[in-house]
Amino acid sequence: MSVQPSLSLDDLAGQAMSESEARQAAALRNTMRKQRLQDFFFHKLTLLFAASVLLVLIGIIVSLFLGAAPALKAFGAAFITRVEWDPVGDEFGAMIAIWGTLATSIIALAVAFPISFGIALFLTEICPGWLRRPLGTAVELLAGVPSIIYGMWGFFVFAPLFADHVQPLLKGTLGQIPVLGQLFQGPIMGIGILTAGLILAIMIIPFIASVMRDVFEIVPTVLKESAYGLGCTRWEVVRKVVLPYTRNGVVGGVMLGLGRALGETMAVTFVIGNAHDLSWSLFSAGNSISSTLANEFNEATSELHLSSLYALGLILFAITFIVLSAAKLMLIGMNRKEGTK
Amino acid sequence: MQASAKNPVYRRRLLAHRVGIFLSVCAMGLGLAVLLWILGTLVKEGFGGLSTMLFTMDTPAPGSPGGLRNAIVGSLMMVGLSTLVSTPIGILAGIYLAEYGENNKFAQVTRFVTDIMLSAPSIVIGVFVYALYVAKVGNFAGYAGSIALTLISVPVVVRTTDNMLRLVPNSLLEAAYALGAPHWKVAMTVRLRAVKAGVITGVLLAVARVSGETAPLLFTALNNQFFSTDMSQPMANLPVVIYTYAMSPYDDWRSLAWGGALLVTFTVLALNIISRTVFTQKTPR
Repeated sequence: MSVQPSLSLDDLAGQAMSESEARQAAALRNTMRKQRLQDFFFHKLTLLFAASVLLVLIGIIVSLFLGAAPALKAFGAAFITRVEWDPVGDEFGAMIAIWGTLATSIIALAVAFPISFGIALFLTEICPGWLRRPLGTAVELLAGVPSIIYGMWGFFVFAPLFADHVQPLLKGTLGQIPVLGQLFQGPIMGIGILTAGLILAIMIIPFIASVMRDVFEIVPTVLKESAYGLGCTRWEVVRKVVLPYTRNGVVGGVMLGLGRALGETMAVTFVIGNAHDLSWSLFSAGNSISSTLANEFNEATSELHLSSLYALGLILFAITFIVLSAAKLMLIGMNRKEGTK
Repeated sequence: MQASAKNPVYRRRLLAHRVGIFLSVCAMGLGLAVLLWILGTLVKEGFGGLSTMLFTMDTPAPGSPGGLRNAIVGSLMMVGLSTLVSTPIGILAGIYLAEYGENNKFAQVTRFVTDIMLSAPSIVIGVFVYALYVAKVGNFAGYAGSIALTLISVPVVVRTTDNMLRLVPNSLLEAAYALGAPHWKVAMTVRLRAVKAGVITGVLLAVARVSGETAPLLFTALNNQFFSTDMSQPMANLPVVIYTYAMSPYDDWRSLAWGGALLVTFTVLALNIISRTVFTQKTPR
């Protein structure tokens, strides 16, 4: 009996509630709609900015193609293999610049790889804990030094010393070997392809070393400890456990350094000598794609000259794009490994 | 112990170990030596050119006294403008990658392209901006230089923002969602705020990166002998002045170039150190 009134009271209350509830629900729906709209715009806005990065890439490729079109039309695909570079006679070819770029980068890589490996090894396996951070920072600072500084230092400090002490030595020893000796012949000037390669090496060591250090740190401690447990020396652990485990990452880091070396401008322009000559000698002055661009782009007089420079830029961009993509794909594979450890 | 020391296999292994470790230490020593050598050269040559005149006078004709005031101001303006533009672009793009980037083909491609742009040859960026701006407008300009620097710094900001945002623990975001916060609010006021220090680090690193960039400015901002704050005209800037003065045959120009080089390097290194030491501890792990 006493239940009945309370029930009806509840009903009454429920009806009263539902009216204010309906108002609240409407307000809530409103808010929800507003928030959905805001979220929609937020999504599209950030999407737009993310897409702008892609747009720039497409823009670079399109504008380089448009700029290079006249030269590519005039010389065809043979532009890549032609040796002539004659602004006066309007004859252009990319071979000298491509050779300079590849030669300096390969020298840089050959020198930088073992040294960066040593630095990464030192930082991860040998270095006492308290030194690890300051030394790591020092390496990263070396990566932060602007490339023009490397160029100036190479030109004013390194090149003269190199000409006085190292080049005569190289010429006297390696230069006497029958076929290979060709590389170390010619006048001693201090500047040239070899010097440019060495300065580039100094520049990319910190990049490669820090990538290598990062991938070395991924190696699971258990793996290393089991190798130590079997009685391996530290060197054997590095050679037979760390290196095989991080092979892709190491190669990726090296390719990243190669990408940097290929596109580097200022460090090379100072010391490569800027001469359009093709010679087997690494002592001779040469030109890389980037140094040609830096020297001639503003001074190009004929349309064909400018267009040929665009074409050089296109070639450089294509080469670095391929190298950096390969590097990136290898490093992504490495990161997957980290996820499954 | 005695037996093992005599065993040729053990001795060979020990030798290999010692040689390997020794070479590794040498490599580290070489790296440090080069860093010190470069910094030492800079200090030695640069202090000669460093004086108050560097900041109060404009770039001179050879043989007369002068400083780098116009170049310093030009560099500050171009780097400043590019930072103002690239920071919001980079942060918003980074937010997109972190918020909507899981299992999203477009975001994966963007992330990949950003990584490549991070190391793309800066001189090609210069050529691109030349085609985009200088060839269209008809003259070199500070704006063109700023655009080129922006294109270089955006990928740096995008990448660090993305990396930092992905460090934020999911539980924090879920707590915000549970309170009924909309997606954009969680992203901006919870997730981004949690890694504010890391994002600032990214911006500082981007500033450090573009402060020393020379190649993209050669065909965009060019150079200007006189003091100018008009960004639609050719503009003096430190890197290009350093380059032209260092390559010149005049001793006083070269000494100015060293002074400028010292200034740029220590600014860049200071930015690097500040961003690493001041802001790293506060980043959530």
